[in-house]
Amino acid sequence: MVVDNALSGAEADGVFHALADATRRDIVRTVLVREHSVSALARRYPMSFAAVHKHVTVLEAAGLVTKQRSGRESLVRGDIDRVRDARSALDALEQLWRDRVTQMDQILAEDH
Amino acid sequence: MPITRVDKDLDAHTMTVVAEYDAPVERVWQLYADPRQLERFWGPPTWPATVVDHDLRPGGRVMYLMTGPDGEKSAGYWDVLEVDPPRRFLVDDGFADDTGQPNTDMPTTRMELELAERAGGGTTMTVVSTFASTHAMTQLIEMGMEEGMREAMAQIDSLLADAA
Repeated sequence: MVVDNALSGAEADGVFHALADATRRDIVRTVLVREHSVSALARRYPMSFAAVHKHVTVLEAAGLVTKQRSGRESLVRGDIDRVRDARSALDALEQLWRDRVTQMDQILAEDH
Repeated sequence: MPITRVDKDLDAHTMTVVAEYDAPVERVWQLYADPRQLERFWGPPTWPATVVDHDLRPGGRVMYLMTGPDGEKSAGYWDVLEVDPPRRFLVDDGFADDTGQPNTDMPTTRMELELAERAGGGTTMTVVSTFASTHAMTQLIEMGMEEGMREAMAQIDSLLADAA
């Protein structure tokens, strides 16, 4: 597996871990559309404020969301570029195969 | 260009690459069956590969190391699932650490390669890469398909196109 152009090493680890949880994926979707306070997010899920806050912290560490202080509230916003990086993995895989096929051709050309 | 088709199916989490060669099936198979040939094309041009283990049999493992332009190392492996020489193999391609231990935190990609004779000579190679459906990588790609996000993606795409 060599598709690591978009996200690599520890960075990718964090993103994959963060998105391996259904609630965290839903939080990312929600805050990509519109920013939400942590307490507004907490009202959307059947779990405690502390549990939702913990999910947000994991997403923040992975760079998928950012948190900004606004008065007494923390506003959570999704980072579209980070999610986009994941999608570009398929494009990176395509480029990888284009390079491979070109190099295969070069080896085969030596047969003549 | 010998690549004749690239299909990306985000719903099925697959990418299909079809390429055509003038060489016969047995010759193209050798590119994979011979580690010294495999290492000459497997890594990207700026990341040459060395194949350190090569057991292309069911249950076997192929292990490769790649070195980047700044000397950084990246290792990968294939877990070989099915082999039908000289036409087809099915492997799981994953990341490994410096000692060759598979990194199970990272996604693996299932890769199915098929070689078929072309009418009039030559070979058609079809490679289907599938991201493991249970894996976060797939979830990442699925997320990209969410309706609200598709709009945002389109906006960014047009912004980038304008800038180009």
